[in-house]
Amino acid sequence: MTKKIKNLNLNFGPQHPAAHGVLRLILELDGEVVEKADPHIGLLHRGTEKLIENKTYMQAVPYFDRLDYVAPMNQEHAFALAVEKILKIDVPIRAQYIRVIFCEIGRILSHILNVTTQALDVGALTPSLWGFEERETLMTFYERASGSRLHANYFRAGGVHQDLPKGLEEDIAKFCETFPKIINDLESLLTDNRIFKQRNVDIGVVTKEDALDYSFSGVMIRGSGVPWDLRKSQPYDCYKSLDFKIPVGKNGDCYDRYLCRIEEMKESVSIIKQCLAKMEKGPIKSLDGKISPPPKAEIKQSMEALIHHFKLFTEGYRVPKDEIYTAVEAPKGEFGVYLISDGSSKPYKCKIRAPGFSHLQSMDYLIKGHMLADVPAVLGSLDIVFGEVDR
Amino acid sequence: MKSLEDLEKKINSELTTKINNTEIKHNQIYIEIDKEDMIDVAIFLKTNQDTKFRQLIDITVVDYPEQNQRFEVVYLFLSHEFNQRLIVKYSIAENEVIPSLTSIFPAANWMEREVFDMYGVSFKDHPDLRRILTDYGFEGHPLRKDFPLTGHTEVRYSEDQKKVISEPVKLEQNYRNFDYESPWEGTKYIKEEIENNDKKN
Repeated sequence: MTKKIKNLNLNFGPQHPAAHGVLRLILELDGEVVEKADPHIGLLHRGTEKLIENKTYMQAVPYFDRLDYVAPMNQEHAFALAVEKILKIDVPIRAQYIRVIFCEIGRILSHILNVTTQALDVGALTPSLWGFEERETLMTFYERASGSRLHANYFRAGGVHQDLPKGLEEDIAKFCETFPKIINDLESLLTDNRIFKQRNVDIGVVTKEDALDYSFSGVMIRGSGVPWDLRKSQPYDCYKSLDFKIPVGKNGDCYDRYLCRIEEMKESVSIIKQCLAKMEKGPIKSLDGKISPPPKAEIKQSMEALIHHFKLFTEGYRVPKDEIYTAVEAPKGEFGVYLISDGSSKPYKCKIRAPGFSHLQSMDYLIKGHMLADVPAVLGSLDIVFGEVDR
Repeated sequence: MKSLEDLEKKINSELTTKINNTEIKHNQIYIEIDKEDMIDVAIFLKTNQDTKFRQLIDITVVDYPEQNQRFEVVYLFLSHEFNQRLIVKYSIAENEVIPSLTSIFPAANWMEREVFDMYGVSFKDHPDLRRILTDYGFEGHPLRKDFPLTGHTEVRYSEDQKKVISEPVKLEQNYRNFDYESPWEGTKYIKEEIENNDKKN
């Protein structure tokens, strides 16, 4: 007698703690083995690109915070660079250092979240408790510089919104002294942990070829042994003058990606230290009054400053007709902005290239043949944040 | 190829008839081609030893409603080997179907689905052309310029019907789009007068 066997279809999410947001993953299971994965995304789609088309360049910045909301300033950076290149304006050196410091803080924020929640997904609770304490410290740095913990709205075309408050540089320096110990503590919990290794080694292996074919970037491609980092290969702002290493994995599995992230956090700390040492007093935004708003005190004295202020906050600055693609190395990979300006004060088109989008689409390829229990491990190591995937 | 100029020459000499225009700006190469040649150009860019554009970064469309060839399709490529970026573009009319790159770059799958969802451009030979970002059962293509910013429908939970329903958008206040075009140049009739004077001179 023959028995008919039917594959089981399983809905993973959209409400699932290991789905890292609102992911609906439809899995076809043969016993416990995954035959096919079909991610349904778009549950967090807000139409960011459409909204940006209807806002001035300055008003568009906050939308970038809301994409990858665990490392907001890295995204603002891509947009600011794109506008700066079209406008052909120079960024004062102090502003460049401030931007790099906060981008690296963003990288640490994102990597702590990812490493610890990946551990959480495979059963380790403690790392997330330790890690989140550090994230809180970092977010107070965000708050002191920009006024808010998450949605910073701090970078501008031509620099940053305002200078760092008194004492912040010293506090960041202090953090850089204490934080490496926390990374070591996290490592002592995870790196040689038998359970963590069993769950991650040789899971979700990506070959070099496939990493290229599937448009992987960031840790996803470095974990597979491709030494590619936009901070090194296409340096922007002051990354050229900084000395840092690019950690590269060997096997392209979840464990190598975890190791890459840990090493990158250490490198980020070193970058921040170098920036703090090199930073000097000076202007923090472009001195061109047609692009950067004047200081408040000047508005009360100077007619020109008053007019500039009024024009910038009603019409906004105009950007000449051009098109450009600019990318930065965000914590999750290559975050790019393809901007088309038409000479008015609003972008004609602003396409956002989110790294998570390409990573998530390879879910079917990554998970085929793995067990159901590996789904959270692979998903965790992809470092998905739905703000940027769904836009 | 080491420099962008060499690459530009190489592409022009290898793909002579297929290239309509090339341009280097912002340290990137912009290439204009015809729709029919997209597959050939993509294979050439990916496989040629001197180009090696192994990664398709993104696909997008720009909508120019006032033009005859309404949509401009844009492909962004990256070569890790030579550290270069390249942008390929071609224009199509509203209902044209364009070739899919999924067989050459697996990453094109979702990118093309997104273009289909956002702009309503269809792809030939795409394995799974469904909507991706918008809701199940959504109508219209949101990133087209003639799609209103506020959308057509809104979704809410109905206490009477005990389910989620979608209904036409009702806004307490309509979306206001202020025209900030420089007030210093005066109102419209003055602008026209200035332009007329300019023409006379």
